[in-house]
Amino acid sequence: MIMIGERINAGFKDIKNAIVNKDGDVIKKWARKQADAKASYIDVNLGAASNKPEDLCWMIEMIQEEVDTPISIDNNRPRMLTEAMKVCKKPPLVNSTTAVEEKMNELFPIVAEHGASIIGLVMDEAGSPATADKRVENAAKIIEKAMEFGLSPDQIFLDPIIMPLKFMQEQSKEILSAANQFQLFSDPPCHIVCGLTNISSGAKHKGLINRVFLTMLIANGCDTAIMNVLDDELINAILTAELIMNRQIYADSYTEAFRKK
Amino acid sequence: MEIPDVKEKWTSRINTVTIGATKEQGGTRGKTVTVGGATTFPFLTFEGELPNKTVIAGFISDIAPDWPEQITKAIGGEINSPAEWAQKNVEEYGVDLISIKMLGAEPAGKDASPSECAKVIETVLKAVDVPLIIWGCGDDEKDNHVLPECSEACKGENCVIGSAKESNYMTIVAICKADKHKIISEAPVDINIGKQVNILLQDADYDLKDVIMFQTTAALGYGYDYVYTIIERCRNAGLKGDELMAAPQICDVAGETYRVKEAVADDDILPGWGKLEKRGPMWEAACAEGYMHAGADILIMAHPDAIKSVQKTI
Repeated sequence: MIMIGERINAGFKDIKNAIVNKDGDVIKKWARKQADAKASYIDVNLGAASNKPEDLCWMIEMIQEEVDTPISIDNNRPRMLTEAMKVCKKPPLVNSTTAVEEKMNELFPIVAEHGASIIGLVMDEAGSPATADKRVENAAKIIEKAMEFGLSPDQIFLDPIIMPLKFMQEQSKEILSAANQFQLFSDPPCHIVCGLTNISSGAKHKGLINRVFLTMLIANGCDTAIMNVLDDELINAILTAELIMNRQIYADSYTEAFRKK
Repeated sequence: MEIPDVKEKWTSRINTVTIGATKEQGGTRGKTVTVGGATTFPFLTFEGELPNKTVIAGFISDIAPDWPEQITKAIGGEINSPAEWAQKNVEEYGVDLISIKMLGAEPAGKDASPSECAKVIETVLKAVDVPLIIWGCGDDEKDNHVLPECSEACKGENCVIGSAKESNYMTIVAICKADKHKIISEAPVDINIGKQVNILLQDADYDLKDVIMFQTTAALGYGYDYVYTIIERCRNAGLKGDELMAAPQICDVAGETYRVKEAVADDDILPGWGKLEKRGPMWEAACAEGYMHAGADILIMAHPDAIKSVQKTI
């Protein structure tokens, strides 16, 4: 499983304050914690705290001073990305484009130039799709465009767009069905990613909903999640789902082995 | 029509393990042997790197093994002397290293003492200058006494000690760490236990980069099929980034071949199967080459004709 640590996000108060006060220690602390929990990427999100490229670059630099985990740049403005790409020591993951032609034309060349990867949200000008079919249609647009720019399937992370269970209950089935169909675009398939915590937004039993939904997504081909990598129960659910899908070889101590350095 | 590109993209590399220590490295070996390091399956040179070829370890044992005369005859009288047998392996057969099994330590057999076994190791070390792989007799309780003494007798020689199982891994880890040897992790034709043993070795603070995996070996039928598949799956997992499964693998081809009725019974018992003196080595060679395709890095072999044939393939 490719796990993208979501914690360095200005939506969290401590991160927002750290950006405003240029307090690198807070950024480093969360970078370290997530890297120790075996995050594959560390997501960096400026949120509303700033729109200056130098702030984004500063965050990336702080993280890279502490750990060598690749960065997921949570920003879709070409001007910001171009600057941020320059400071990334390893090929980053761009989070994200939509299936809007103009957006893809702006972002794919930057991604291709740096050998990076990109998340493709399967939404278009009309906004978030309501059905599996629409999601698949938009995904096809993304794939086609990416190929034009010479990106390979393993540089593309399709996001079926997770909707809150509590408010849009009919969506979950559509999302799972869409993810399943994303696997058929190419062989080997693209990555399938989800912004997991959306599913439990506003709900009471967040952890439980996250675990169950991610397990079901994994069964439908999902191999990447933007998630709380510090949630042990969630990690255990992932490890188990991967065994069930025969992606890893079973051993009695599989949960302990994952955590052992 | 364009031919589709069928190359697999592997993300990882099988661990590289070097066996033996020269004088400069604190041992007395004339050379070292390196296995592993592959980034694809055997022979697929167009797909990845295969920096180290499969190697052959010449089978020897402290007492002559219970093999049919048609097979032992081809080896000669040296089979009764571990040192001479080792020399013949190196000088005549051109094997890369020696694998010695302490068959004589078997409690139900000769029940040789640990110090007797250690003496055999000393003699073999003097007789040849290639690296050694050292096995006990297979009886855990006895091996817990035999292997520490054997290990000490070759301290600093960077040998491979076999084998660590779920039941005895602590002892093996302790001696291999103290005497600086590599470990064979063994599982009974069971990929899950194979992985579990490696987890245990890691928990005991043994570096998995110094481990060679052994899924026992089979020379016939379902057993062969299982072992072949497991070796292949281990390699597959290792290449896909499962660090617990990225160890090179070893097969005891000789030890198993001459336990199979079809490779030890002559044509008086198996009419129509052909003469054993030819069939035995053919069986051994076929078995070895099959495992080589699956992904075995070290093949333990005995019959000179079988060795010659497999060397040609390598």
